Amino acid sequence: MPARIEVRFKLEVVDAAGESTRSRIRSELGIAVDRVRTIEVYTIDKDLSAEQLDQARQELFTDPLTQDSSLNRALGEDFDWAIEVGFLPGVTDNVGKTSKDAVAELLQAGFSFEESVYSSRQYLLKGELSREQAEKIAARLYNPLIQRVQIKSRQEFLESNGMEAIVPKVKLPASDRVDEVSLEIMDPELEKIGKEGILEKKLADGKTIRRGPLALSLAELRIIRDYFREQGRSPTDVELESIAQTWSEHCKHKIFAAKLDEIDSIFDNCIKKATQEVRKSLGKNDFCVSVFKDNSGVIRFDDQYHLCYKVETHNSPSALDPDGGAITGIVGVNRDPMGTGQGAKLALNFYGFCFGNPYYKKQLPTRDREGKNPILHPRVIFEGVRQGVEHGGNKSGIPTPWGFLIFDDRYMGKPLVFVGTMGLIPKEVNGIPGEEKQARIGDIIIMAGGRVGKDGIHGATFSSESLHEGSPAAAVQIGDPITQKKLHDAQIEARDRGFYHSVTDNGAGGLSCSVGEMARESGGCEVDLEQVPIKYSGLAPWEVWVSESQERMTYAVPPEKLDLFMSVMKKHDVEATAIGRYTDSGQCVVKMRGKKIMEVNLLFLHEGLPQMTLHSLWKEPKNQEPELAEPSGEELKKQRIDLAGRLNLCSKQYVVRQYDHEVQGGSVIKPLVGAKEDVHNDAVVTRPILQSRQAVALSTGILPGYGDIDPYAMAECAIDTAIRNVAAVGADPDRVALLDNFCWCSSHDPERLGQLKRAALACYETARKFRAPFISGKDSMFNDFKGYDPAGLPIKISVPPTLLISALGIVPDSRKAQSLDFKFAGDLIYVIGLTRAELGGSEYFAYLGERDRGERWIGNQVPRVELDRALPRYHRVFQGMEQELFSAVHSVGMGGIGFGLAKMAMAGEMGAEIDLGMIPTEEGLKIQELLFSETQSRLIVSISPEKNRRFEDIFGYEDFALIGKVIPEPELVFTSAGSEFTRIGIRELKENYLKTLGW
Amino acid sequence: MAKPKVLVLTGYGINCDLETEFGFNLAGAEADRVHINSLIMGEKKLGDYQILAFPGGFSFGDDIASGKVLASKSRVRLGDGLREFIERGSLVIGICNGFQVLAKFGVISDQPASKYQQRITVTYNDSGRFEDRWVWLKRVSKKCPWLDGIDALYLPVAHGEGKFFADQNVAGAIQANDQVAFLYAKPDLSAAQGEYPLNPNGSLSDIAGVCDPTGRILGMMPHPERFLSFYNHPRWTWLKDDLRRKGEPVPDEGAGLKILKNGVKYFS
Repeated sequence: MPARIEVRFKLEVVDAAGESTRSRIRSELGIAVDRVRTIEVYTIDKDLSAEQLDQARQELFTDPLTQDSSLNRALGEDFDWAIEVGFLPGVTDNVGKTSKDAVAELLQAGFSFEESVYSSRQYLLKGELSREQAEKIAARLYNPLIQRVQIKSRQEFLESNGMEAIVPKVKLPASDRVDEVSLEIMDPELEKIGKEGILEKKLADGKTIRRGPLALSLAELRIIRDYFREQGRSPTDVELESIAQTWSEHCKHKIFAAKLDEIDSIFDNCIKKATQEVRKSLGKNDFCVSVFKDNSGVIRFDDQYHLCYKVETHNSPSALDPDGGAITGIVGVNRDPMGTGQGAKLALNFYGFCFGNPYYKKQLPTRDREGKNPILHPRVIFEGVRQGVEHGGNKSGIPTPWGFLIFDDRYMGKPLVFVGTMGLIPKEVNGIPGEEKQARIGDIIIMAGGRVGKDGIHGATFSSESLHEGSPAAAVQIGDPITQKKLHDAQIEARDRGFYHSVTDNGAGGLSCSVGEMARESGGCEVDLEQVPIKYSGLAPWEVWVSESQERMTYAVPPEKLDLFMSVMKKHDVEATAIGRYTDSGQCVVKMRGKKIMEVNLLFLHEGLPQMTLHSLWKEPKNQEPELAEPSGEELKKQRIDLAGRLNLCSKQYVVRQYDHEVQGGSVIKPLVGAKEDVHNDAVVTRPILQSRQAVALSTGILPGYGDIDPYAMAECAIDTAIRNVAAVGADPDRVALLDNFCWCSSHDPERLGQLKRAALACYETARKFRAPFISGKDSMFNDFKGYDPAGLPIKISVPPTLLISALGIVPDSRKAQSLDFKFAGDLIYVIGLTRAELGGSEYFAYLGERDRGERWIGNQVPRVELDRALPRYHRVFQGMEQELFSAVHSVGMGGIGFGLAKMAMAGEMGAEIDLGMIPTEEGLKIQELLFSETQSRLIVSISPEKNRRFEDIFGYEDFALIGKVIPEPELVFTSAGSEFTRIGIRELKENYLKTLGW
Repeated sequence: MAKPKVLVLTGYGINCDLETEFGFNLAGAEADRVHINSLIMGEKKLGDYQILAFPGGFSFGDDIASGKVLASKSRVRLGDGLREFIERGSLVIGICNGFQVLAKFGVISDQPASKYQQRITVTYNDSGRFEDRWVWLKRVSKKCPWLDGIDALYLPVAHGEGKFFADQNVAGAIQANDQVAFLYAKPDLSAAQGEYPLNPNGSLSDIAGVCDPTGRILGMMPHPERFLSFYNHPRWTWLKDDLRRKGEPVPDEGAGLKILKNGVKYFS
């Protein structure tokens, strides 16, 4: 009989979780609830005496000062509706797991494999609510993919003595089942295996149940068939699943590797080639150490350390379970640096979110034709994703200082969730270069960290498909940051003591990919699958092999170090298990209780995938141009205040403050700067080594709006923006590394491929000219949602082709870094760089369109980069930084000079007098173009008057001009031809800037 | 004079251990990071140290409640050793999650530390959110050696459960006993009076940190180890230039280091 411990806050103590739930219900659903109180519930499924349970209740689960609790008695009182949310069987329950370990420790009573503790939460709602309303509220409080809910009225609650004790234990029949899958079948049947998966069973009514997509094409399946024909046998399901994982779009990047028109792989010939040429031109100043071959890209930092950086996306899972998807994303990308070379210590996290409008008011599209299964509201996705990254990052002790949020309703079906992690690798680990790894023949294969369950099965093949009604719930996982933090700490100790030869992470494809990949280092592997620790029984062998259960690393440990390795893991309380050994057989062999269930040639496994041939089409769009009438000063003032509050420009302080950006103690330039520490800077600066003054600057460029005109310009401008942003805080332009993340849509469509090709070509040309190498990247090619509109008609929502460029720059002396806030009245304000009539794809056009016709204007004059002038300009900025010339530096981006000046003023809480006529421009610009054009490669700086000679000496050959000065009054005063044009109060601007997302 | 030895606890999701170790070393101590299981298994001994630090972090993921599970584990596994350590006059500091542990362990209250009686707690912020922001602190206690020479500090907090709470009479006793280490304050050091975000979490009587009745054990929510360098300050780019323009020198150290230095000085 399971025991239920309920814990609640005493009535006189604020129930913060209840209170914030109440305000969420009000703001998100418009339902007024008088009060919400919460009860934490721990269901203990283990035979313990009443005394033991009571001891645990009192000493472990209850804070005697703030909480009341009960054992097997409902605590709820004075409410109208009770809602209890718990997990479904098999879903990661971090609180339950910790509780189990803590009860075991406190009572010195071990739990068997079958026994556990489960957590759930009860919400007690007070207020006059109908059942329909209570159900609507419940729908916001739980996610049916991972959670279960009980809803009871007060009456029902009393009649049944509260909620039932539910034990969400996984109950599955034990399974050692391995099927042979014949591929000697007709093409349509073969294709079905690729699209819908291996046949699981036939039902009595003739219907078939399949295991879910392998995402293999007919051409690929034929090659697999031919391979096994040569072997004289049919593949097992383990083999077929394993090949599907290894050949997935997620793992093999088939589109980037494809022959696209005349280009033999845009990865090789655009991205990689740019890096090769840049490295060559940098010569002895080449700072790349290991690029495009490991889990993250490695560059030189100083004499002792290298930096490695990786940015991933976790889009599809976040659309279904935003919290779980995002936490799994961030904790998952942590393992990329951990699995690079000899393994990194994690130093920085990064996030970037593209969502639909959180204030979206229309009826939501649905996954099903009947209109019963709507997609999640953008606000729900926002909140869930934000929280997932918060818990993943904060609990891992990794600072998360840099990130961005972009809003466009085309991200409503599939949000984009970018997550990145930077790590530090010692240049040398026990005499081995830190970036190298080499599993040797005879090394033991160790899996360490979490256990294997059904979570995340088919994740790799899932991400190669667009979301539809049948998207598998098993694709959803929930990260467990503490298990991984323990593993991280243990790994560093084992690394420094030389206890392993190689390490890699278990991500997409689970063991099948991690072991299969590492086996290439020694030349083969042999795995005893029954050794793999599982969360619950009932997993079929193929599931164990491809499951993507989180928080696992795979190691190659020499036999003589095995005991030492294990003792380090034990000290850190990390489960580690020997599951096989590395060989030189040339084969990937998997056995189950001695019986061979997989034997595939490694060369075939990794190199057997045929190259795709793709064709593209590029049509230059012709968009309508809005007419720009001469505005009055008053009108311009109103527009500027409105702009500051736009979703894409406004403050995201709400998110930034909930991410710990200062843990590890190296924070130099924070995400929010200025007198009140509340305005976004262009980039952040962090010292990853506390003993050193050298720092890293991190920023990004992402301009999907430009892609609607020309993806070439989008890519070029994103690179310029990312580099300009890190230059603005003091990074050396000769030491900037780039990462690319392509998030595309409908990548079978020639027109989408045409856009892709243009963006890729721009990456090549622009990176080369900036002499900034790409060191790592990732693509996600099918960000489409297929469903139904409220009328039941099929619709497809595709994300706009989106390229994220991340820049990682070295700041040689962090004491010379700079922020964008105006600091001293009387300082001179300069603009560096010419402004052109480039409002195409701008935030200003979007604003005008939405205001005047309910839809953004796009226009045609998209910004382009003067590649020959940008880099020399950033060199001069760096020179100025080195000489500490500036008192503020701002990289002008979205919203143009108009918004740029506003940011500097809002941050400093000081005003400026600006002579509009002095801003350097092309001929004949309208005032809107002058103020809001998003022309690239421009900066605004302020300097102390006595430094202006030195400044002008450095920038002599640039387009630059003195445009005004900083004033103590909190207003921006614009003059034109000697007379005042308009005057805008900083307070008014800032109020709007802070309000939009000021939740 | 031998450098005092500092044991910086690690493991199970503690995550401010490296910067705490770095800070104590910078302050002139010899600091070691020691996994709690090394102490439990006897590989390392508290007896070899003069100062014990419970750093910040998310021990056990803050599951059940922040600091609760580590407090329970510490009481079960380290209770006797720690009592001995405290009774021989050693220093203890708990920062953020470390403070949450010391409160729930019962090491810091109005009663002697070795009684291990929980009489104060640190619970969910009134905002219901984790928040990272800098706050002004006014130093209060005269008997806590960690606070020597400090009147005010500007430090970051980064927590979701930082609200100090106790019964009125316990809180009264702590105040009467001169055990309040820091109060959240306005920049001019007048009382925050619960005003958000000056008092970032709704702490009772604006209390940001407390010490035990001897003053030797300090628990605080703000992070001194995140302000070891002048360049950690959120507005240093302004401060640096301001000092230069006034012809004054720009410091290198952050003000948070002073607390760790005081710990070292106590044994020098």
